[in-house]
Amino acid sequence: MELSAREDTNRRMLRARDEMDRRYAEPLDVPTLAAIAHLSASQFGRVFKEVYGETPHRYLQRRRVERAMTLLRQTDRPITDVAWDVGFASLGTFSRTFSNIVGCSPSEFRAQHPPIAVPSCFIAAWTRPRTSATSPAGTVVSEKQEEVGAE
Amino acid sequence: MTDNHISSLHIRSVPVLDQDEALDFYTTHLGFEVRDDIDMGFMRWLTVGVPGQDTSILLELVGGPQHDEDTAAQVRELVTKGALGGLFLISTDVHATYAALRDAGVEITQEPVTQPYGTDFGIRDPFGNQIRINQFNTASPDEVQEAYEGSTA
Repeated sequence: MELSAREDTNRRMLRARDEMDRRYAEPLDVPTLAAIAHLSASQFGRVFKEVYGETPHRYLQRRRVERAMTLLRQTDRPITDVAWDVGFASLGTFSRTFSNIVGCSPSEFRAQHPPIAVPSCFIAAWTRPRTSATSPAGTVVSEKQEEVGAE
Repeated sequence: MTDNHISSLHIRSVPVLDQDEALDFYTTHLGFEVRDDIDMGFMRWLTVGVPGQDTSILLELVGGPQHDEDTAAQVRELVTKGALGGLFLISTDVHATYAALRDAGVEITQEPVTQPYGTDFGIRDPFGNQIRINQFNTASPDEVQEAYEGSTA
């Protein structure tokens, strides 16, 4: 298969994004993701943003918040557990990130959203919050281990 | 309801960037059979499908005269970014399917997850198209609904 340089980059970035989609709850660091994309850690954040329009950190946050939204909507799990389940080490960071992206607190969201029954991959894709232009892009990709990303 | 005489879904096109590679992937890994592989001169009409099933997939090369160069490049870009495509397949043994595809090195986007309606997992084809493979459980729609709501208990 002949891919242009740009298509090849896209494909490698998609693999890195798929890894975030799969392992969102685990500590993920930039060197690991960059290796999947066959890029240096310093290039990775910039190239990912070129392809997907946001930093890997921001994408992972939205992925985690989307999972949290589903758990809040579909289950009764305590919010602290939800925060941990989706990859946040502290309730404070989770609540702040959630509110920043969704526009309300996790408990407000839960109160306003009853469970829905459609295939979960669609809930995942279609309810994932869009990135907010007002929030600064962070540099920490892994919440649980507080590893610092290189962007 | 209007009777317009449409009776089935026959062929669905999936955008691919290399038909040989697509053919290999869909037959070797997914077990599809070749329905048509016809060199029409101006294009290779390549369709595959699940054995015993009527619906076919047209493995359609992106590009060609119907797209200008810029449009073709844009479509290729979207395919490689994972923004196009999407197949939903049914397996009679989803864990066996998963193990075989994983062992064959197919890109896994999600490991098997138990859902109210069954168990499913995700893969990508070589170009970036998303494929979900599901094994439905025996739950009725009402029971599925209940499972979604029951998890709040």
